[in-house]
Amino acid sequence: MPEDLQHDVLIVGAGLAGMRAAIAARAGGADTAIISKVHPVRSHSNAAQGGINAALLDRGDDWEDHAYDTIKGSDFLGDQDAIEVMCRQAGASLIDMEHMGVTFNRDDEGRLGTRAFGGQRRARTFFVGDFTGQALLHVMFEQLIKSGVQRYEEWFVTSLIMEEGRAAGVIALEIRTGELCVIRAKTVIFATGGCGRLFEPSTNALIVTGDGMGLIYNAGGQLMDMEMVQYHPTTLAGSGVLISEAARGEGAYLRDKDGNRFMEKYAPNMMELASRDVVSRAEQTEINGGNGVDGCVYLDCTHLGEALIMEKLIQIREIGIDLAGVDMIKEPIPIRPGMHYIMGGIKTDVNGLTNLSGVYAAGECANVSVHGGNRLGANSLLDTIVFGERAGNHASDAVRNTGFADFDANAALAQERRRIQEMLDRPENGDRWGAIRKDMGDSMNRNVAVFRNEEGIQETLGDLHDLRRRYENVPVQNKGKTFNTDLIFALELGYMLDCADTIAVGALERRESRGAQFRVDYPERNDEEWLHHIVLTKGDGGPQVSELPVVITKWTPEERKY
Amino acid sequence: MDVTIRVKRQDPEAGDERRLPYWQDYPVTIADNATVLDALIQIREDDDGTLSLRCSCRSAICGSCAVRINGHAGLACKTIANTVVQDGVIAVEPAGVMPVVKDLVVNFDLFWEKIEAVDPYLKHMGQEPEGEYIVSNEAMLHLSGVTACIMCGACVSDCTVLEVDPTFLGPAALAKAYRFTADPRDGDAEGVSMERLWALSEPTGIWDCTRCNECVQACPKGVAPMDRIMAMREQAIQAGYDNNNGARHTDAFTESVGHSGRLDELRLPIKSVGMMNLPALMDYMPVAFRAMRRGKMPPIAHKNVENVDAVRRIFARTQPEPEAAKVSNNSPFG
Repeated sequence: MPEDLQHDVLIVGAGLAGMRAAIAARAGGADTAIISKVHPVRSHSNAAQGGINAALLDRGDDWEDHAYDTIKGSDFLGDQDAIEVMCRQAGASLIDMEHMGVTFNRDDEGRLGTRAFGGQRRARTFFVGDFTGQALLHVMFEQLIKSGVQRYEEWFVTSLIMEEGRAAGVIALEIRTGELCVIRAKTVIFATGGCGRLFEPSTNALIVTGDGMGLIYNAGGQLMDMEMVQYHPTTLAGSGVLISEAARGEGAYLRDKDGNRFMEKYAPNMMELASRDVVSRAEQTEINGGNGVDGCVYLDCTHLGEALIMEKLIQIREIGIDLAGVDMIKEPIPIRPGMHYIMGGIKTDVNGLTNLSGVYAAGECANVSVHGGNRLGANSLLDTIVFGERAGNHASDAVRNTGFADFDANAALAQERRRIQEMLDRPENGDRWGAIRKDMGDSMNRNVAVFRNEEGIQETLGDLHDLRRRYENVPVQNKGKTFNTDLIFALELGYMLDCADTIAVGALERRESRGAQFRVDYPERNDEEWLHHIVLTKGDGGPQVSELPVVITKWTPEERKY
Repeated sequence: MDVTIRVKRQDPEAGDERRLPYWQDYPVTIADNATVLDALIQIREDDDGTLSLRCSCRSAICGSCAVRINGHAGLACKTIANTVVQDGVIAVEPAGVMPVVKDLVVNFDLFWEKIEAVDPYLKHMGQEPEGEYIVSNEAMLHLSGVTACIMCGACVSDCTVLEVDPTFLGPAALAKAYRFTADPRDGDAEGVSMERLWALSEPTGIWDCTRCNECVQACPKGVAPMDRIMAMREQAIQAGYDNNNGARHTDAFTESVGHSGRLDELRLPIKSVGMMNLPALMDYMPVAFRAMRRGKMPPIAHKNVENVDAVRRIFARTQPEPEAAKVSNNSPFG
């Protein structure tokens, strides 16, 4: 058993936000460590395909235009002070990434090239083919190696320890050995990503299970706007794998079964490049109205030409061939809206600080809130690097004159061991975690999806209640210590159920339609009653609801048309 | 589709023979377009929670699920099951070269040590520009063909050099190195990464590849590591790092074929290690004696092929103009 490990700043999660935070904290002089349940380059930031937004002044762009597009995209639920921070910083952060070595596509003059993206009036999306997230993630990992940050790779955090009213550290399981350890920390930054796997299907990787949201929620933290779940307009039927918005950015069309470009009816100006919530609703309306084929409509790239597809959309073409058996150079590919991203998350300020002292969050797990009711494509990568860096900076400043919170590590460890042993000792007759997750995912996707109503959400809340009872008896077949993924999945399922509760409760609470939340029983946006954030904290009987005002600086809410 | 997934398993904690590798059959019913990963996940979720494997994205970008399928490395998520069934069976084993942790999970420590050994981050010698570096789109697209690498380890798994020589940097780390040596932003003002090319020309580096092509076959992302290694050999010789076995081997090869139209197998190894390199030449003696005893010694008198003039004319056309001056062979660190 190793001695207690300790670091000034501990980052949980090693995707883009986590690594950016770690590099910043280390550069600020703090003893910094990063812990991740997978190797950093396996993180889900990989999946971002289309690009990263920034308004570069020397291109004649303006951060205020970017901010307005983002605010309109959020359906005016985003906090305008936070959006201002992000959009002002975007150019510098983008150039930083280029200097670190990202191989961005260029224009004819050798400068950074752009492509158009949804919900934005000008092309300000910078990209590496259609694997921008992967390109950024690997470069960030290169910088992490260079930085000297201590890495705990393939360690799974099972508890957040709070003591004296502030962060004291975490308990984590080294997956390879099965050993539980205490890691003390003065500040803990969560950058654990979203919770997409609680929907089925989802574009999200299997590791996206809401761990950080669950840990903070259970420690008394606030989750906010959890009902805001983004359905991406172009996902493959079956697996739900993502086909990038870059396809439409490069000019692809959406067509119904008769070949009509149906977006004319819904967004006559922006057409296929309206915001994601608008396009997904349009597709679902067409599919429900019988204008689709097998629950899908078509994404048509055939007019783009082989050369463009091979230069800029090569990965999604391969995914189409591998997983759908369709070569998009030659024929349209069937797609449909699919769960993709959660705008909601851990409530933070613009420095990533949560309502728990010494606890930060950044990236998809956080809600700053820059995405409000609907995130624009290519704003998520920007969110991770801007707010990851800010959280790392703030956390390293915060530890300078602070000591470690004192607590009995042995007692904490013994308690955690008992909890996990109890799971391992359960009889094997309960439902497996896989079946419970599947039932949860089906219920969420049925009732808390593109179109929602009270009856459906209530049904899902009932389902979740039953699922939690089943979860209390979930068996763990694997009793071993070495790389026991069976145990990890059982623990993750607990986080997912917590997140699912808050999503459903938030969706029931918000009796209006805004951004990704469309209530067929309340089909209009209602600024008088609902222009505020919905905050969820853990109570005895489930999530407790409260509200916070939306920060409005200079952009007055107006009707949203594309 | 009904198929048997035959998984090579191993549990280091087991008190019985399951400590050692053994095969376990899992009969499954899967969709016709299911991937091998879909089948493995189904087994893990519905049938046997003790089966350990890494997987995450399901779309060939996270690099978690490299395994050997019917003996060859590849991504389980990118392999459609019905394309690899043999007599109703798909054999799935852990990736090679790296030691097994449990079942299909292997220990990547060696893999990452090698990546770190090539200083895997951009090193620009001068002042950074205020805005972005101005470089051609072609250069960036070319690099993107290499940065498409997802570090899955399939190439390392099937590398025939690493299998016998763990000191070799290996295809993944060398492809990573090329991502910098070919980057106009790395190295000096002309984009030449002298320091890197010097280090890569040392033993364990670019000259240790035997060009077996397994890494090119195994790579699920078309990175073609071996081709990148060959490109770095060119870069290194161009940069003047030609005082080593590999570069001399290349020269001796070219000289022999250019002169006589065929390979002088007797002098090739001598010229490769260096005519004055007595210890290395002595190392060849046992091989020479064995060859002699079995009648496989190349002829001492090396003859030209018929019509050697035609070969020489081809060579004359393809040889580049002699370079004016080459930089020193010494270490750039002085």
